[in-house]
Amino acid sequence: MDFFSESLKTALELITSRDPDVVSAVTVSVVVSLWSTLFASLAGVPAGVAVAVTEFTGKRAVVTLLNTLMALPTVVVGLFVYSLISRQGPLGGFGILFTPWAMVVGQTLLAIPIVANLTMSAIKGADPRIVPTALTLGAGPFESIRRLVVEMRFGIMAAVIAGFGRVIAEVGVAMMLGGNIRGYTRTMTTAIAMETGKGEFALGLALGLILMTVALMINMALNALQQR
Amino acid sequence: MKLLRPLFITLAVTLSLVSLAAAEERLKMSTTTSTQDSGLLKVLLPPFEKKNNCKVDVVAVGTGQALKLGEAGDVDVVFVHARKLEDKFVADGFGVNRKDVMYNDFVIIGPKNDPAGIAKAKTAAEALKLIAAKQATFVSRGDKSGTHMKELELWKAAGTDPKGGWYIEAGQGMGPVITMATERRGYTLTDRGTYNAFKGQKTDLAIVFQGEKGLFNPYGIIAVNPKKFPHVKYDLAMKFIDYVTGPEGLKIISGYKAHGEPVFFIYKK
Repeated sequence: MDFFSESLKTALELITSRDPDVVSAVTVSVVVSLWSTLFASLAGVPAGVAVAVTEFTGKRAVVTLLNTLMALPTVVVGLFVYSLISRQGPLGGFGILFTPWAMVVGQTLLAIPIVANLTMSAIKGADPRIVPTALTLGAGPFESIRRLVVEMRFGIMAAVIAGFGRVIAEVGVAMMLGGNIRGYTRTMTTAIAMETGKGEFALGLALGLILMTVALMINMALNALQQR
Repeated sequence: MKLLRPLFITLAVTLSLVSLAAAEERLKMSTTTSTQDSGLLKVLLPPFEKKNNCKVDVVAVGTGQALKLGEAGDVDVVFVHARKLEDKFVADGFGVNRKDVMYNDFVIIGPKNDPAGIAKAKTAAEALKLIAAKQATFVSRGDKSGTHMKELELWKAAGTDPKGGWYIEAGQGMGPVITMATERRGYTLTDRGTYNAFKGQKTDLAIVFQGEKGLFNPYGIIAVNPKKFPHVKYDLAMKFIDYVTGPEGLKIISGYKAHGEPVFFIYKK
């Protein structure tokens, strides 16, 4: 059987018929990933800037830690958050396990190291004269750093986009914390894992093609914003 | 940051348009992959959800994990198939009001030429003994699911401790295990419903042993004990149990067909 041509056909059918299950999985994937990326950026960008522009003892250890955290397996993040938010865990009272919010928490943790690390690299790669020049021109320290961030916005955008890429593509956190609930926490990736498990390889590959298309559109939109 | 502002505005608008919050009540149910993969839940849940203006959130995992979720109080109701474990779940105080729902049966599938000659076996245990004697490839679920528990029970009855290169512990769901057995030309134990969904296009393995009493596979539904976990939605869980085991639910279950064949059977009253 030719899986690939069959899955191309299936993908087109699913898109043209606006299959409700696919629409819902795409929506959940995109919305959860956007929220996670937003929170991860709010934490990761300032953290990355702070580590890049300040000197402190143990800085190298922090950088090494950030690098190591980038290699965190998604299932480990999933398990860790699971142990916190299960009813038996310390945060069990909120009852968010198997809701989209659980996935947002896990994916945010997953994306923070990447966003922070790449932000740090971008800032480190900046012209070292930016901050001293701004200071000489009479800007305060906060204003100087703001200038630096504006100057390096492309690199920071790239960090955010990389974070988004990681969370929309991952399956471990989504499966473990979301539970693959149809129409609620079923994302594109958990749907692909499920269809593969059911032996529906062509359908799984079709969903993969749709996921790639959605990711392409989002990245094109982000790119357009970046070019302005 | 000026240039990033339009991005954040776009983000904010997108995010506020699609709210993740849910207004209606949600009942969390852990169940086995077979009830979901067979397609039964797609027809069984909607009438109940409509009548009670609620959503049933289904977390489909192996029976062992499904019960664990109940033991942690992470779900309101469990719908599984492993009678001994279910009884223990209730005896340990995690669940209340266990009810029989339906049954199907297990079958042993394998290559059509039946290299271990198990078709002539009298019992399932004897069939496994023949497989072990021949060291024919056997793929085990290895995931503490209801099917895996059944398999271990049968090995025990056969007086064999399966070990060696011929015994593959997959640690995966029923579907992947059937696929693996197909690729490796091995035998495996599966519920009839999942096999029916795979036979033909997805697997060329055939049923080589079936129809013995020991392969009976009953499903039960249990409410998670509200005395142990005050936050569980016990009333809704009981409504759901009454629905599934009542005339309306049973009619849907017995009338449900996948690939033209019934998947689950209800008990005659």
